[in-house]
Amino acid sequence: MKKGSKWWYVLALIPLIGTLFPSFYSSVTPTLWGVPFFYWYQMMWVIISAILTAIMYAALKNN
Amino acid sequence: MNWTALVIFIIFFLLVTVLGFVAARWRKADLNHLEEWGLAGRKFGTLITWFLVGGDLYTAYTFIAVPALMYGAGALGFYAVPYTIIIYPIFFAILPRFWSVAKKHGYVTASDFIEGRFGDKTLALAIAVTGIVATMPYIALQLTGMQAVLAAMGLGGDWPLIIAFVILALYTYTSGLRAPAMIAVVKDLMIYITVIVAIIVIPMKLHGFGHIFSAASAALATHTPPGAPVATPSMYAPYATLALGSALALFLYPHSLTGILSSSSRRVIKRNMALLPAYSFALGIIALLGFMALAAGIVTKNTSAAVPLLFLKEFPSWFAGFGFAAIAIGALVPAAIMSIAASNLFTRNIYKAYFNKSASPQNEAKVAKFVSLIVKVGALVFILGFPQQYAISMQQVGGILVLQTLPAIIFGLYTRWFHRRALLLGWAVGILYGIYMWGTTGYKSTTYALHIFGQTWAGYAGIWALIVNVLVTVVFTLIFQAVKLGQGTDATSASDYSIEPSA
Repeated sequence: MKKGSKWWYVLALIPLIGTLFPSFYSSVTPTLWGVPFFYWYQMMWVIISAILTAIMYAALKNN
Repeated sequence: MNWTALVIFIIFFLLVTVLGFVAARWRKADLNHLEEWGLAGRKFGTLITWFLVGGDLYTAYTFIAVPALMYGAGALGFYAVPYTIIIYPIFFAILPRFWSVAKKHGYVTASDFIEGRFGDKTLALAIAVTGIVATMPYIALQLTGMQAVLAAMGLGGDWPLIIAFVILALYTYTSGLRAPAMIAVVKDLMIYITVIVAIIVIPMKLHGFGHIFSAASAALATHTPPGAPVATPSMYAPYATLALGSALALFLYPHSLTGILSSSSRRVIKRNMALLPAYSFALGIIALLGFMALAAGIVTKNTSAAVPLLFLKEFPSWFAGFGFAAIAIGALVPAAIMSIAASNLFTRNIYKAYFNKSASPQNEAKVAKFVSLIVKVGALVFILGFPQQYAISMQQVGGILVLQTLPAIIFGLYTRWFHRRALLLGWAVGILYGIYMWGTTGYKSTTYALHIFGQTWAGYAGIWALIVNVLVTVVFTLIFQAVKLGQGTDATSASDYSIEPSA
């Protein structure tokens, strides 16, 4: 995809899909260092979403 | 009375008070001009914008209200995490357009934009009033946060809170937006230190995360109604709609837009959308303090006291005092920005639009300074008028109102298809329906069970009201276009939304 293409904005939808359906991730197991899946899964999405936004920035900063 | 904590608290509080007054000299300019007092001259770069917008978004809501909900009800409180996950990518796309058009036309508020875009003074007034009213409960939430830490140190009653707010009012009056911007830097350093220490020390004392979660689950099970350690199926819809609704509402709040408008370029905003998630990680950790309080055996009826009591129990007094100062300053910064934003709205879109059309920038600044004082009194009234079990509902109530401005502001940034009168009708229906839904719960909860086609949908009233709002707006746009009702004039042009000034 070319730098500056409007299609990069579609990346903004990925975190919505990943986090707005608690039925997918509302479980205690698997735990990570004692933290239930429900919690570490969402904390993981903080990082994924930040990376996606950084990619959008790199691709769209001159728009 | 906890003297050690109190002394440390007062030292840091005095430090930021001095900073608040010194801020008037920072990047010296004529503070008797509204763009200087209320937007700091639109000159903030990436770093200051990061602190300022961070100070806007991560407030007493984060440090007191979110852990309080975790402490009282369990997993539901964690909705604040997906809320702050989805905000930034969405607004990465939207806010640069707003910044550009505002810079080009000298807009200070969202209502300025609405009036320019739709040529409709009534719609602009509706947006301005909504912004001001929605801000009151949010400032009240900051007051609750301060009250919680003051009470934990043994300072009960109203007078310490009033003193703190008088100090805040005075330096906001003299320094304008420069004061919270400068204080936000100190606030964040203190918050990050507190969070890092908390995430290391408390789990060590409480035998690790595994034990914290199992002890918290056991404690939640004894609550009435029982709290849930992870989301249960009946919570899925409220959880998701609260996260989505809060995210969409956030940058419609006047204070968030003030932070955005004070930045110096489109690129500063985009860069910030990529950098602000650093706070979201801290937010997730702070939310879990609610569970740590449960695991530490903190018992209190006032859920807002959960985190302060946890600090007192697990930290030495001096560090608890430091943490309390961090929380209290974390409430002052947004309260200052909120009152500035609300007074910008009043000055531009009520005073100038209706009472003194030829007001000079100096005159505007004078009125704005005065109104910033009134707004704080309004917040005090709100806190006395609507006692809530969970302080977090104050933020959610503001969200119901401010969400109803979404069609005009956000759709308006992209299209002029929607009719100005239809937007006004949609707004009115949305506000009334939203307040009605909140009222059916006895003004206690913002979750409303909608019954459609024999199915029950429990969710955030703000989202339900917004859906109705959009439906009404679309239907009446079609009707008004059919009867060719006047469209008003558009003062903006398509290119205004994507300009980056060369400077």
